[in-house]
This record gives sequence, structure tokens and C-alpha cells, in this order.
Amino acid sequence: MKIAFTTKGTEWNSEMDPRFGRTEFILVYDEEKDEFNSFDNRDIENEAHGAGPKTSQQLFELGAEVLITGNGPGGNAATVLQKAGVKSFIGAGEMKVKEAYEAFKNNKLKEF
Amino acid sequence: MKIAIASGKGGTGKTTLSTNLTALFAETENVVLTDLDVEEPNSGLFIQGELVKEEIKYKMIPKWEEDACTLCGECQKNCNFHAVIQLGSQLLVFPELCHSCFACSELCPTSSLPMIPQRMGSLKQFKNKNISFIESRLDIGQEQAVPLIAQTNDYVGKTFSRETIKIFDAPPGTSCPVIEATKDADFIILITEPTPFGLYDLKLAIETMKELKKDFGVVINRYGIGNDDVVDYCEKNDIPILAKIPNSRKVAELYSRGELVYTEIPEIKDELQKIRNYILNLKISN
Repeated sequence: MKIAFTTKGTEWNSEMDPRFGRTEFILVYDEEKDEFNSFDNRDIENEAHGAGPKTSQQLFELGAEVLITGNGPGGNAATVLQKAGVKSFIGAGEMKVKEAYEAFKNNKLKEF
Repeated sequence: MKIAIASGKGGTGKTTLSTNLTALFAETENVVLTDLDVEEPNSGLFIQGELVKEEIKYKMIPKWEEDACTLCGECQKNCNFHAVIQLGSQLLVFPELCHSCFACSELCPTSSLPMIPQRMGSLKQFKNKNISFIESRLDIGQEQAVPLIAQTNDYVGKTFSRETIKIFDAPPGTSCPVIEATKDADFIILITEPTPFGLYDLKLAIETMKELKKDFGVVINRYGIGNDDVVDYCEKNDIPILAKIPNSRKVAELYSRGELVYTEIPEIKDELQKIRNYILNLKISN
């Protein structure tokens, strides 16, 4: 399964970014291959509108099946994620990526 | 003659000034008051009249026609607002994000995104002796004020002669709705209060008006509270202060009852007269 995290860096030990649409990075962990793939989302700063749908589309293109984030997506983003078949889990905004992954595995995160 | 009454800070007296100045003008001539704060219009609490016209207002939103679409992706590439998102073999349109610019529709090679009207609100026109009052109101759930403000401005421009005095009650702040409400005005009155908050937001509003290359002047409301920083700032920067409306509990009492204030408080009438004279003496270049 490919799991996407909203993060402030590109490593397992990076801080999570609690924001979804305007997250700095998207880190995708491919469980089968035990591989990381990161996407630099910082250009989103220049977008006045529609950050949520844009980032959601990026997740779709990265092939993510699960999203782990902090505050959760807004209405428009949630619509795109749902259409893209991405399941969202929230409440990991103050964790490191590794902790967020463990919390997800132990069913400690809330499904959005 | 188009006069827009704006402010950086909210609650500084845009509606009080708009409605009272309108009523003062109406004592001697025809005047049009337009409430452009379409998200929460409130001039109508103070100016009533007979409803003479009502129009439903629409904005144009693209609708995806799946059959002809080749999923080329041009639409989402051209949308600056991410209102059109392509997900694999489907296209999602977000009406709340759409700015009705037509780019996706016009640039679609297969014409798969025709623009369809969608209701966004209504416009009402009232008449009371010398006052024509126009009020536009967004429907609940609509997020974008700009298209309705633009259509309301067009309506007023087409309905009344160029010479008629037109007063526009603008929305607060300095963002897109304020730009739309002020960009066609001949003169902007920025109303503020003499407090640090008032001054801070006044500076933002002044920067906005300078960027728009607009002529503007300042009215200080609730004069007597706070400090002298607003006056000092305006004097230092050669910004005309058109009037200083004194702070008074009576204004709040009258306002809370939906009544005009200048007819009851002579000092306020004097200040409004100064604004009226200033407007009548303005030389409009074009």
C-alpha cells in the first residue's frame, strides 16, 4: 500500500505538516517496496485559491491510497480525495512521520 | 459621479456615512445609493422605499460534457484557480472556486466545457422620493462576492445617467471585493476611526487606493476617542481629511434603531455638509 504523509521534510524523522492543501512536502511510503518518494509542494504558496484540490490531485498522481495528515482536508479537497479513492486519516499534525506511521498502524488515527 | 465609501477596518461607519450622506443629497437632488457589501448588505435597514425592480443574478460556470472530452488536460492547465481538476478519466468542476473567466471553456479543443448560468443572488431596486436604492445580496452558500458586485456596478451604470450622484457602500477590507467595488469610482471616501486599529487598516486601504491610482480622502468617525495619530498621518502624507464626525452615544442609539443620525445631531449634519461640498467641487477629469 502507498501511504502519503503531509510533511515539513523528506525523511522518516521529519516533522509532519498539520496542513493538507498547503503542506510543504508530500512524502509517499510504499510499504511493499519499502521505498520513499517525496514531492516538493512549496510552490503552492503562490496559489491564492484552490490549494486543496490541487494538492489532492497531486496525491492521485503519486498513486497514494492512504493520506495521513494533521487537521484534515477542506471540503473541495475532500471531494477530490474521495473521487480519487484516497482514504484520509487525521490527527498526526504534531508527530514525526515515523510516529504518524506507527500510530496509523496501531489504529490510533481517526479516519476523516 | 461615482463616490465609493470604503474602509480598511470593518465597523468604522461605512453604512452610517453612506445612508446619511445619501439622505442629505436627496434633500436637494436625485441620488443613487448602492449597497455593494453583497455578503451582508445592511444599508436597507436605514433606507427604505418601494420595490420597483428585482432581478435574479447568475454567474457562468463550466459544465463537463463527458462524451466529447478527450482528457487532453488543457482546461486544468489554463485554470488559475484550480476550479477544474482532472483525475484520471474524470473531470471535477468546483463552482465555488470558479471565477467565470471562460478560459477553460474557450480553450477546450472539443468544446466539452460549455458555460452554464448558475444562480448566485439577487438585485433589488427601491425608490423613495429622490433616492434610488440598489441592494444586491448573495445567496446563502455562495462564496464569491466579485461577480455580483461587478454585475451590480454594470446595472447602476446602465440605469442612471453619468451626472447623477451615485454613492456606493463598499465591503470592508482590502481584498478582491473592495477592488471590484472601488475600481470604477471617481472618488473614494475612506472612513476610519482614530484608534491604532483604525490607522493600521487605513494605511492598508490607502496603499490599495494608490495602487488603483484612485483619488481619495479620509473621513474620521467617532472623532474624540483614541488619539491624534490618524490626523497626524494624513497631514504628513497630504491626504485630505474631509470631515471629523464626533463620537456620540446618541449616534449608536439612533443607529441601533435603524434611524438616520444627521437629522437629529446638528454637528454631524455640519460635517456631512463638508463632505457634500467637497464632492460637488470635485473636478472629474474624464
